[in-house]
Amino acid sequence: MSAEMVRTAPRALLAFAAERPGAALAAIILGSIAFAAALAPLLAPQDPFDLTSFDLLDAGRPPAWLKGSDPRFLLGTDAQGRDLFSAILYGTRISLIVGVLAVAIQAALGVPLGLLATYRGGRVDTVVTRAADIQLSLSTLMMAIIVLALFRAGLGGESLSRYAVPLLVVVIGVAEWPYFARTARAAAQVEAVKDYVRAARALGGTGLGIVTRHILPNILSPLIVLATTQIAGAIMAEAALSFLGLGMPVTKPSLGTLIRSGYDLMFAGAWWVTVLPGLVLIAVLISVNVLGDALRDLLDPRRVAR
Amino acid sequence: MQAIAAGLSFVGRRLMQAALVMLAILIIAFAVKDALGDPLREILGEAVPEAQREELRRELGLDRPWPEQLARYLGGAVKGDLGTSTIYKRPTLGVILAKFPASFELVLGASLIVLLFSVPAGVYCAVRPRTRGAQLILGLSVLGISIPVFLTGILLITLFSVWLGWLPAFGRGDTVRLGFWDTGLLTWDGLKHLILPALTLSSIMLPLFIRLVRGAMLDELGHDYVRTARAKGASPLRVWLAHALRNALLPLVAIGGLQVGTLIAYTLLTETVFQWPGMGFLFLEAVTRADIPLITTYLVFVGLLFVVTNTIVDIVSLMLDPRIGLEGA
Repeated sequence: MSAEMVRTAPRALLAFAAERPGAALAAIILGSIAFAAALAPLLAPQDPFDLTSFDLLDAGRPPAWLKGSDPRFLLGTDAQGRDLFSAILYGTRISLIVGVLAVAIQAALGVPLGLLATYRGGRVDTVVTRAADIQLSLSTLMMAIIVLALFRAGLGGESLSRYAVPLLVVVIGVAEWPYFARTARAAAQVEAVKDYVRAARALGGTGLGIVTRHILPNILSPLIVLATTQIAGAIMAEAALSFLGLGMPVTKPSLGTLIRSGYDLMFAGAWWVTVLPGLVLIAVLISVNVLGDALRDLLDPRRVAR
Repeated sequence: MQAIAAGLSFVGRRLMQAALVMLAILIIAFAVKDALGDPLREILGEAVPEAQREELRRELGLDRPWPEQLARYLGGAVKGDLGTSTIYKRPTLGVILAKFPASFELVLGASLIVLLFSVPAGVYCAVRPRTRGAQLILGLSVLGISIPVFLTGILLITLFSVWLGWLPAFGRGDTVRLGFWDTGLLTWDGLKHLILPALTLSSIMLPLFIRLVRGAMLDELGHDYVRTARAKGASPLRVWLAHALRNALLPLVAIGGLQVGTLIAYTLLTETVFQWPGMGFLFLEAVTRADIPLITTYLVFVGLLFVVTNTIVDIVSLMLDPRIGLEGA
């Protein structure tokens, strides 16, 4: 990034925010949620993972704006008397971490494979493309459900709880590498025939050097856009798996787990235990998707011109 | 004549492929069953003398080498015998098939909603892209895609069951038995129970299909034949529906069919939220209680659905557009 870009970036961002207030709002919402989640240990009045820090006597308290609430619990409590505000802060943290790490794996697998396909071409290209097609036809969520279900049925719920984070990250990460491979391959093929790449090759650059030093930096924009929407997908997948009881355990709840464990209470009238984490999840997902759309327009000038 | 022969050979090749994939799925299912399940413990329980165990082991053929056991499993599979459920103590395939009508009717209800709304909405957004209505539809579809299907279900239940008390929140309600098929579509109670689950399931598919129809329509509207038809004096409505929409639906069949895995996963989530007694709900029960034969049979069944749908989609695409797939034949 040049010094010129760094200097004008803030103004460009402001102009963009004025043009797309929705995206700016999404950025602010997502930023505050991520910030609060990152600072969860400082902000949370209670440690939701520490079973001794809450009391069954406090169970089922409504949020502060409803009758029968307790000022200690801003968003009420769940069936165990756990402070819902603290649980949501920590849960959001887990959801975001799993989402980001899973997408990191997707990119770490997909981008090199896509570049390799472009750079080698021929049979390698065919193999990568076919493998991507097959992987995508299997449906991420179904594959993840099957893998985690077999893990749980074979090794028991205990082991699933212990290894939930790495398992979720790997399962969601491996399932969706093809999106990064396809995007990297398509973008790299466009770049590969451009003059600067030809010039680099004429100057004696080797294939690997050209790909990493010249092509990769020039295809980052579509990859960043893709990563954004993929993070939303990964967070949603994690929530769905946890909701099914195949993800994060009740002792270490993500947003999906909180929604699941609160669901039983809903018919007893305690709707907040399920609905509030649900609303946070929706806010995260909508913000990420709206930001993804905006980033696409920002980084791809052709679309703005339309 | 040649085209028909090429078409038949394509269908033949496609069926061969389908059979091979099914074989692979069965082998995986066998491997899973072999690795995770201990049929002796499931049948006898823990406290049984070793001699009796040995005897049963021999009787069941579990002391034979694994290729023989695999052959036996595959032989059983062809006859529809995929093992015995440890929860229900009945043949697994029968247990799953008994739950099939519930899942099917849920998917049917959702598909009807999707078909009814996605085509008009998608066409409208394509032909009148700048109207407020189109913007609203696309905005709502972003919202629909952003809300996980189980949350849509929970929010609908909160609103219509808990707060308003208009609609039931779980189960299938009264069903009528038609031969082997338990249907909830013929009773008022059954239909009332179907509304919220079907809406929930459609909420995730509808935005996707609206976008697909819109995208496909936009592509078609840019083609020359649309302009030609308009120049010949055909009314816009006729051009949109008789020409463009017909061509736009072809890629939709393909994409729609290929989503079957995702559809099964979403159905499973919806069934969990509404405690809908379908196959997905059964599968999760099997997982919680480690019923390995039932789990593997579910995998085989889902694999079969997947393979059959993909094969049909390929063949139907071929019939709708003979250009596909014949080059290599």
